[in-house]
Amino acid sequence: MANKIHITTPLTDEIISNLKSGDEVLISGTIYTARDAAHKKLIDSINSGENLPFDIKNTIMYYVGPSPKKPGDVIGSAGPTTSYRMDAYTPTLLDLGLKGMIGKGSRNKNVVESIKKNHAVYFAAIGGAGALISSTIKSSEIIAYEELGPEAVHKLTVENFPAIVVLDSNGNDLYTIEREKYKK
Amino acid sequence: MKEINVALIENTIEKMCIDANYYLNKDIKYALVKSSLAEASPLGKNIINDILENAKLAEEKNVPMCQDTGMAVIFITIGQEVHFVGGNLTEAINNGVRMGYSKGYLRKSVVKDPLNRVNTNDNTPAIIHYDIVPGDKVKITLAPKGFGSENMSKTKMLVPSDGINGVEDFIVETVSLAGSNPCPPIIVGVGIGGTLEKAAILAKKALTLDIDKTNPNEYYREMETRLLKKINNLGIGPQGLGGNTTALAVKILTYPTHIAGLPVAVNINCHAARHIEIEL
Repeated sequence: MANKIHITTPLTDEIISNLKSGDEVLISGTIYTARDAAHKKLIDSINSGENLPFDIKNTIMYYVGPSPKKPGDVIGSAGPTTSYRMDAYTPTLLDLGLKGMIGKGSRNKNVVESIKKNHAVYFAAIGGAGALISSTIKSSEIIAYEELGPEAVHKLTVENFPAIVVLDSNGNDLYTIEREKYKK
Repeated sequence: MKEINVALIENTIEKMCIDANYYLNKDIKYALVKSSLAEASPLGKNIINDILENAKLAEEKNVPMCQDTGMAVIFITIGQEVHFVGGNLTEAINNGVRMGYSKGYLRKSVVKDPLNRVNTNDNTPAIIHYDIVPGDKVKITLAPKGFGSENMSKTKMLVPSDGINGVEDFIVETVSLAGSNPCPPIIVGVGIGGTLEKAAILAKKALTLDIDKTNPNEYYREMETRLLKKINNLGIGPQGLGGNTTALAVKILTYPTHIAGLPVAVNINCHAARHIEIEL
C-alpha cells in the first residue's frame, strides 16, 4: 500500500482530481454528519425552498449516528453506517455542491453518475471500527435536528480521520475492482 | 418450585447489554487473528488488524465497539419448575434493556412505529423469544443486533425438489448480494426447516452459537465447511474491499418441516457478532 494521503477540508476540485480509487486518506478539518432521518429532512427543506442548516458547498458528509458520549469524551463510538440507504437523496445534495461522502458499502448507478457529473468523491471508513474512528474526532456540536437524537446533524472537527477512496470522480468503483481480483 | 425474583433478571440483562457491546467475544477474536494471517489482500489484512485494534480500544476504554449497539434480541429458556416473583417478567427484561442502554451509553436505535418513525429513546422494546423446558434453570442469551447486517438477511420458501443444492445456492447468493454492506468479515446464521418464522428464528439463534464449537451433526458440519469455502471464494473480503476473508463461520440450525416445504433463512451478522449467555 502506498503512503496515506493527507487532505484538508474544504474539498476543492484540485484535491478531488488527485484522488484515485484505492487511495488511503487521512482527512482533517470540518465534516458534517447525516444519516437516514436527517437526509429526509434536508431534502424536505430543499423541496420547500428553505435554507439548509449549513453551507453544503465543498463539504464532506459523514453517514453516522454516534453512540452517546461518556462524561469527558468528545463523542461516543462513531463508525460509518451503510450508505445505500442515502442513495435516493444523494444526487440532489451533490447537485447543490456536496463534494464528498464517507460511509460504507456500494452506491447505486444514479449516485455513481452524479459523482462523475459533479466531480465528487465517495470514501469508505471501516464499518464497526467505531471506537477507533472516534479517537480522530476532536470536537462535536449538534447544529440541526436535535430531536432526531443519534440522527441529529453534527458538525465535527476531525484530525487524520482514516478513509479509503471507493468511488473517485471518474466513477471507478474499488469494491468491484478488488472483488474481481480475489474471486475464485 | 424454585423462586426467582424478576429484579435479578432485570439486573442481569442490564449488565449483559453493556458487556456484549463493549467486549468482543473470544471465539470471534481468535477467528479474526487467524484470518488476518491467512488473508491474501494486504488492504484486507490491514482492515482485520484495525478491527482487532478497535476491539482492544473498546475494551480498554469501556465504550461500545460499534456505534450501532443494535436492537436487543433475547432468547430466554425457562425451566418449568421456576416461579417468577416480584413483578412481570417481560417488563423486567425491557427494564434491564432500558437501564443497560442508558448506563452503558449505548445508542438508542429503536423507533416506536415502523412507518411513523419516532425514537423510543430507551432502545425498548426488546425482541424476546421464550422457550419452556423441563428443570429449574433459566438460561438467557442476549444478542444486540445491528441493522447493517440485518438488512442484508433473507428468507425464502424453497420446495423439496430444490434440495441441498438449492439451499446452498440461496445462501451463497444472499451473501454475494450483500457484498460490502454488512461489514464483512461476517458470520452467516442459517435456519433450515420449520415454517416461515421458525426458519428465521433458527437463523438468528445460529448467530448466538460460539463459532469455535463444531456442529454435532456430521452432514450439516460438512455443509457448513463447504459453504464457508464457497463464500470465501466470492472475493468480497474484509469490508468488501477484496480478499479471501468474507465470512468467519457458517452456522446451521434445522427443524422438522412440512412434506411440501423447505424454508431457508439466512441471517447475516457483522464482525462484532455480539452474543452473551448466562444461566441462573
